[in-house]
Amino acid sequence: MNFLKMNQSELAYRSQSQAESESWDAIIEPKNSFLAIDFKEIWRYRDLLLLFVKRDVVTVYKQTVLGPLWYLIQPLFTSLIFTVIFNNVAGISTGTTPPFLFNLAGVMVWNYFTACLTETSDTFKKNASVFGKVYFPRLIVPLSVVISNLVKFAIQFLIFVSFYLFYALQGMSPQITVSVLCFPFLVLIMGILGLGLGMIISSMVTKYRDLSFLVGFGVQLLMYVSAVMYPMALLKQKLPELGWLIEYNPLAYIIETARYLLLHEGQISGNGLLYTLGVTVGIFTFGLLVFHKTEKSFIDTV
Amino acid sequence: MNSNNIILKAENVSKQYRLGTVGTGTLSHDVNRWWHAIRGKEDPYLKVGEINDRTSKGTSEYVWALKDINFEVEAGEVLGIIGKNGAGKSTLLKILSRVTIPSTGSIKYKGRIASLLEVGTGFNPELTGRENIYLNGAILGMTKKEITSKLAEIIEFSGCERYIDTPTKRYSSGMTVRLAFAVAAFLEPEILVIDEVLAVGDAEFQKKAIGKMQDISKQGGRTVLFVSHNMAAVKSLCTRGIVLENGRVVYHGRIEECISKYYMSHYDTAENHSLGVYELSNHIDKKSKFGIYKAELYCNNLLTDTIFTDSEFRLKLFYESYRDFFEAEIGLVIKDTDQISYIGLNNKHLGNAIVVKEGKGQAEIVIEDFPLFATGDYFINLYFGDQGPNYESLENAIKFKVFGEDIFGSGRKLDSAWNKIAHKKISIKTG
Repeated sequence: MNFLKMNQSELAYRSQSQAESESWDAIIEPKNSFLAIDFKEIWRYRDLLLLFVKRDVVTVYKQTVLGPLWYLIQPLFTSLIFTVIFNNVAGISTGTTPPFLFNLAGVMVWNYFTACLTETSDTFKKNASVFGKVYFPRLIVPLSVVISNLVKFAIQFLIFVSFYLFYALQGMSPQITVSVLCFPFLVLIMGILGLGLGMIISSMVTKYRDLSFLVGFGVQLLMYVSAVMYPMALLKQKLPELGWLIEYNPLAYIIETARYLLLHEGQISGNGLLYTLGVTVGIFTFGLLVFHKTEKSFIDTV
Repeated sequence: MNSNNIILKAENVSKQYRLGTVGTGTLSHDVNRWWHAIRGKEDPYLKVGEINDRTSKGTSEYVWALKDINFEVEAGEVLGIIGKNGAGKSTLLKILSRVTIPSTGSIKYKGRIASLLEVGTGFNPELTGRENIYLNGAILGMTKKEITSKLAEIIEFSGCERYIDTPTKRYSSGMTVRLAFAVAAFLEPEILVIDEVLAVGDAEFQKKAIGKMQDISKQGGRTVLFVSHNMAAVKSLCTRGIVLENGRVVYHGRIEECISKYYMSHYDTAENHSLGVYELSNHIDKKSKFGIYKAELYCNNLLTDTIFTDSEFRLKLFYESYRDFFEAEIGLVIKDTDQISYIGLNNKHLGNAIVVKEGKGQAEIVIEDFPLFATGDYFINLYFGDQGPNYESLENAIKFKVFGEDIFGSGRKLDSAWNKIAHKKISIKTG
């Protein structure tokens, strides 16, 4: 009986392959189009995205005494030390803005970028055990990193706002204009840039582990040419021959512009922003494609 | 059966892996690959590579973990995938669950595939059981709404009600598995891929899990691809199976036959050039050219030298008779290496008379639900003729192996030292 069944199925198989009229929902194949990113699928997994965000935000401070306060301690102390070293000791001028506020704004935005970059650049390596067992759109993981860091950023932004109010009460003249509404847009660009770079690095780390070492200290070095603790104009003025370092650094434009929007300090450059936008879109698109290509088979090389 | 019932079809699926460590040399290989790719030529490293046989040292750096796998699965079928370690089962499941892609070939399917390759995937030890149900469910492709609607059932099935709001890091490994299995069991994909989940958990839960999987396929009409080394579980769940060996499908058919094929591969086949075929024309007890000249041994209709407990033992005897026997006796004695006899009878004991005609003929001895249990070598004496002086007896004509099976499916196989036979209809009760 069963052999009969098998023969029939074989016959059916033959007639079918001749007709090739079967409709399949999905095909697992070796060759896949470079551009076919299934955004619909990502949308279908949106609940997973939110759960990952929740997990990332909640589990970090489980079994800690200070809990979410840790999100605040790091930028506060960094800004404090920057203020002491760069402003009090080295004497970098921050114009009319209190140096601490100046540094806090820079550190806050910079932190968001580095968190996005370093955490996404670890995507494949860190999640190899999960990715090795079950399928879901891999893009969910870096996306969740960017979003959960946005939550952390929001908490840090609140502390910035409270310090801003504190300094305003102390007599600093607040110079907020409508342009501050562009700030979220800037944060978005920062996140996308971090995500894009992170995706490129995470894809390459699966094969060449060297990169994960590079990211660690590369990010630190990058901070010094990204106008985090000094105004952009200062570097160009003091080191004109190294001005290109900051001129071609999209991060510097974002941080400078962020500070301009929040504190009215520094300058805004239309061309620079356009350049930043272009680089961000370029890096993000490239990152998306590389990531998509890697996610299919990285488990064999990781 | 019509072809529309086919829910999953694998065509020529192969997977190549690179041996050794990925380090020096990969960049040059990559550059070479890329150079071939931009000139529109095929991957130069796909040509090399050989069959995945761990025991022999290959010459190539690349190896085929899977080679030309073809099979089809009907909707509602539970397909068992069995094979020794390293046969390619896990690679196949990884491709099926879209964790990796095949090097060549394709797998087409309808609906959703959810995999349960190792339970507790994505469980975060810091999160509570309830939170992990949501997280794990979402990883497996469920929406929050779906999970919420099944939450009560999942918790009940897992039997972890008391601990559901405790972080899973405080769970025992058994509890984690139960919870994870519960999530996957209530998942509603059209195709469910399960690998070795039943290895953990106690007998009661294993039984529950097997029952649930049967429900999934029978009532839910869903398809299950099941990989396990627990042959009792495979046998009770699956209707059909495929046997993998060195990355190839060596058998594809009814699950009983697959299992005997699997057990056969446990033994070194070099010893038995003609597996299950016994040439007896030169047997030491042979007095004339007449009598039994060949025998074939089948386990569940598969030519073999290994019989496992509770399977169907079938011995085909080929004889040549120089005259008619009106009161023929055809019999056998099955004994172990110590020559202790377990079964010894002929057709007359069974009350059936046999007439053997002159010339060539065949006889068959069938023992259903083969009762011997103790794993080891056994011998068969064969008897053919009548009560008179024409009786032929061939001592130790056949040497075969018995493989003790967990016939109760309890996960606790009987001890060969205490059990020479295994009988299914045994119960122990109180009251």
